[in-house]
Amino acid sequence: MKMKLLSRLVAAGFGLVTAAAAQAQISDGVIKIGILNDQSGLYADIAGPGSTLAAKMAVEDFGAAKKGMKVEVIAGDHQNKPDIGSNIARTWYDVDKVDAIFDVPTSSVALAVSQITREKGKAFLVSGAATSDLTGKACSPNTIHWTYDTWMLANGTGSAIVKTGGDSWFFITADYAFGHALERDTEAVVLKSGGKVLGKVRHPFPGTDFSSFLLQAQASKAKIIGLANAGGDTINSIKQAAEFGIVKGGQNLAGLLVFITDIHGIGLQTAQGLIFTESWYWDLNDASRAFAKRFAAASGGKYPSMVVAGVYSSVLHYLKAVEAAKTDDGTKVIAQMKAMPTDDPLFGKGTIRADGRKIHPAYLVEVKKPSESKGPYDYYKIRATIPAEQAFRPMDQGDCPLVKK
Amino acid sequence: MDIFGIPSQALFGQLLIGLINGSFYALLSLGLAVIFGLLNIINFTHGAQYMMGAFVAYLLLNKLGLGYWPALVVVPLVVGASGVLIERLMLARLYKLDHLYGLLLTFGLALIIQGLFRNEYGSSGLPYNMPEQLRGGQNLGFMFLPNYRVWVIVASVVVCFGTWFIIEKTKLGAYLRAATENPALVQAFGINVPRMITLTYGFGVGLAALAGVMAAPIYQVSPQMGADLIIVVFAVVVIGGMGSILGAILTGFGLGLIEGLTKVFYPEASNTVIFIIMAIVLLIRPAGLFGTQK
Repeated sequence: MKMKLLSRLVAAGFGLVTAAAAQAQISDGVIKIGILNDQSGLYADIAGPGSTLAAKMAVEDFGAAKKGMKVEVIAGDHQNKPDIGSNIARTWYDVDKVDAIFDVPTSSVALAVSQITREKGKAFLVSGAATSDLTGKACSPNTIHWTYDTWMLANGTGSAIVKTGGDSWFFITADYAFGHALERDTEAVVLKSGGKVLGKVRHPFPGTDFSSFLLQAQASKAKIIGLANAGGDTINSIKQAAEFGIVKGGQNLAGLLVFITDIHGIGLQTAQGLIFTESWYWDLNDASRAFAKRFAAASGGKYPSMVVAGVYSSVLHYLKAVEAAKTDDGTKVIAQMKAMPTDDPLFGKGTIRADGRKIHPAYLVEVKKPSESKGPYDYYKIRATIPAEQAFRPMDQGDCPLVKK
Repeated sequence: MDIFGIPSQALFGQLLIGLINGSFYALLSLGLAVIFGLLNIINFTHGAQYMMGAFVAYLLLNKLGLGYWPALVVVPLVVGASGVLIERLMLARLYKLDHLYGLLLTFGLALIIQGLFRNEYGSSGLPYNMPEQLRGGQNLGFMFLPNYRVWVIVASVVVCFGTWFIIEKTKLGAYLRAATENPALVQAFGINVPRMITLTYGFGVGLAALAGVMAAPIYQVSPQMGADLIIVVFAVVVIGGMGSILGAILTGFGLGLIEGLTKVFYPEASNTVIFIIMAIVLLIRPAGLFGTQK
C-alpha cells in the first residue's frame, strides 16, 4: 500500500516536471500567426492582402528557418463586422491553434478580438485599428497597439490646424466605435487649444453619398470640416466636397485619418493641400524605400500604407520576443515584448509602454500638388516631425487599469 | 423660418439632394423593373453591371482617350452586349425552371464579376474626373448646387420617361408586353420572341451601365459600388411593385426624398429607413404600391 502510494507520488512528480519543461517550449512546435483584416471591403487597400505579404516578409527577414523555428502565417477576412471577426478569432484560437493575431483594422472588431485574446491568454498585435481605448479603458495584458491611434491623429492634425487659424469645427463622423473615438479625441484637442465645435453629424458606416452631411457642414459655417472616417468613406467625402465647392466657399477639410492608398484613389488634383498625420511613409529613409520597392514588386505595383508597415514591424518584434522568452504563450510574450526595446528597419528604435502602447515619432504631412509629384505614390511633403514622447497620450491620462498610479 | 427645428433653407437643400439621389435610384430600378417586370428574371447582377459601366467608362478614358460624352453612348452598348451574352448562354436555359435558379445564377455572376474587378483594381477605387462642361455650380442662396447633379436629375427624368413611353405607348412595347404574357401565341404571329427577350435584357443591363457612367464622376469607381446600391434598388423595385415601370420610377424619386429627410432629422437611420418602409408596404399591399396581384 505504501509502495503504491509512493510510486504514484513519484510518477506524479515526474509528470509535473516534464509538464513544466514542456511549457517552456513552443506549443505544437509551430508559431502560428493569424492576419485578420478586411480583405474585400472599404479597408482592403489599407491593409488586406498587403498585411499578409508584409507578415511573410517579416518572417523571412527574421530568418525563422535558419533558427530552426517553424512559423506559419494564415489570413482571414472579418468584413468589418465584429461578430464575424469574433467568430474567426475564436475558431483560430480554439481549433486552429493560432498563437497570435495581427492587424485587425476596424476598431469595433479590434475591441472584440482584444477581449477574446485576453480570455484565451494569447497575443494580439493591433496595427490597423485606431481607437485609443485599446490602451485606455479597454487595455489588456495581451494586447499591444502598434502603428497609430486616434489620440495621435487628433493631437497631430488637430492642434496643427487650430494653430494655423482653424478654430471652429464641424465633424462628419462614421457611426461606429472608430468614428466616435476619433471625434471625441479631436474635439478634446480643439477645445483645449481654444477652438469651438459648432456641430457634428454621424453617417452610417460604410456610406456612399455624403452630400447631405456636407450640406449640413456648409450651413454651420465652421472654418474646418473634420472628417472622422477612413478609407472609402474619406475618399468619397473629399471628392464630393470638391463637387459642392466647399473649399472654394472658404471652408477647409481636415482628413483625420488618411492613408497613402486613399490619396491614390482620390488623385492629387483633388487631394492636394490636405494635411494629416501618419506614423510612417515609404519615402522617409533608405530602409523604408527598399521595403516599399520589395513590397511593390510582390503586390503588382501597390505601395505599403503605414498599417502594412506596422504589421511588418510587429511580426518582427513578436518573433524576437518568442525567441527570447522561449515560449509562445501569449501573456508571457507580450510581457517580453514590453521588456525589450523595439528596433526594425521601418520604425527605427522605439519602446512599448506598460499600457500596451508602442511609441515612435509621428509625421505631419501635406499632400503634394500634381506638379510636385515625380511618380505614382510620390504624394507627401513632411511638414513636421512630432517626437515619440509627445506623439501619444500620456500614460496616466488613459484610465488603463494596468497602469499603477 | 424653422420647420421642426431645421431652418427652411437647410431643409430645401436636403430635399434637393434627396431628389438627386432619388434619380439614381430611379435609373437603376428602372433597369431592374424592366428585366423583372417584363421578363420575370431576378437580375442580381444588376449592381455588378452598374459597376462595370463605371469601370468601362474609366478604361475608355484612360486607355482610349474617350471622354464622358462618348462614354454615355458607348458604355451601355458594350455592357449591354455582355448582358446579351449572359442571357443567350446562361439565362435562356433557366426559363423552364423556377425563378430562384435565375436569382442564384445572377447572384453568383455578380460575386464573380466583383471579385475579378477587385482582384485587378483593389478596393480604394479609381478617380474619374468630371467633364469640363459640367463643372462648377450655381449658388442658389440656400445651397450650392453642382451643375453635374442637375444634369443627373435631367438625364434621369428623360431616360425614365423615354423608357416608360416606349414600353407603355408604342407598338414595340405592346409586342414585348404581349410576349411576356403569352409567348407561344405571340410567336405564332411571327414575332421572334426569344430575340426580343434577349434584347430587352440587354437594354435593362444597358440602363444599369448608363447609371454607372453617370455615377463615376461623383462616387468612387470601385468594385464595391454596385454591392452597396443593389440591395436598396431591389427594395425600391419591391415597394414600387415588381413589374410596374411607373412604380419603380416614382418610388425611386420618392424614396430618395424620404432618405434625404431622414438624413436631416436622424442621420443614423438613413440606411435603414428604406427597408422599414418596404416592410410596412409589404404588410399593407403585398404587391407593392403600383403593382398588380398576379
